[in-house]
Amino acid sequence: MTKEGRPLSPHLTIYRWPITMTLSILHRMTGVALAAGFVAFTSWLAAVAFEGVPYDWVHEITQSVIGQIALFGWLFSFFLHLSNGIRHLVWDTGRFFEKRQADRSAWIVVIATVVMTTSYWFVV
Amino acid sequence: MSLRSPLSRVLGSGSAKEGTDHWWLQRLTALALLLLGPWFLVTFARLDGYSEPEMVAWVGSPFNSIMLILMSVTLAWHSMLGIQIVIEDYVHSPGVKVVSIIVSKFGHVFLGVVAVVAILKVMLGS
Repeated sequence: MTKEGRPLSPHLTIYRWPITMTLSILHRMTGVALAAGFVAFTSWLAAVAFEGVPYDWVHEITQSVIGQIALFGWLFSFFLHLSNGIRHLVWDTGRFFEKRQADRSAWIVVIATVVMTTSYWFVV
Repeated sequence: MSLRSPLSRVLGSGSAKEGTDHWWLQRLTALALLLLGPWFLVTFARLDGYSEPEMVAWVGSPFNSIMLILMSVTLAWHSMLGIQIVIEDYVHSPGVKVVSIIVSKFGHVFLGVVAVVAILKVMLGS
């Protein structure tokens, strides 16, 4: 069946990397990261509620370098998934599907994410 | 000529026997989290302190515990649907795929139940 040198339909590698592709991938990655965040969220609730899970751990972990990086990552993931999620919900109504509109909304998501993440992290 | 009945054709579910449930529930839970997520982040940031007694008081207040339970259930549900798609897309061996989806679903239900029980325990003040 296989013959060498047959023409192939263009695949991912042939395109110039567009911003919309980056966001599509980031939406998935942040979604998976937030699922891991849900484990941390539940552990925090368990530490508040159950005597078997000491609350000191929460302090130790959230004050550690790795804990701070994780918290920042989850905050970034949350805001990106939130703004890009709104973008998806708007698309679901059938609007803003044109290429230029998709590019523009992608950049809006990027800017909104950076603004919300940094302002939450440093101001709040 | 199709042998399918007009009803079966118009329902359009095919052999999967279900239609847009997964898609629709993902949007529905997304919409709920659009309200619950920012509520959590904003109110949590405005707290005075984060010591254990302060956390118990915050989680245990009636309004907060209701919102937290809603958020935990919605979060578990939304995450379960999302992770299922990721597994379906990237795990190619059929056996591993089914096992991964089962593990993911059990895990999400478990985490959701732990969260709800924890909130209830704090709220009921035992």
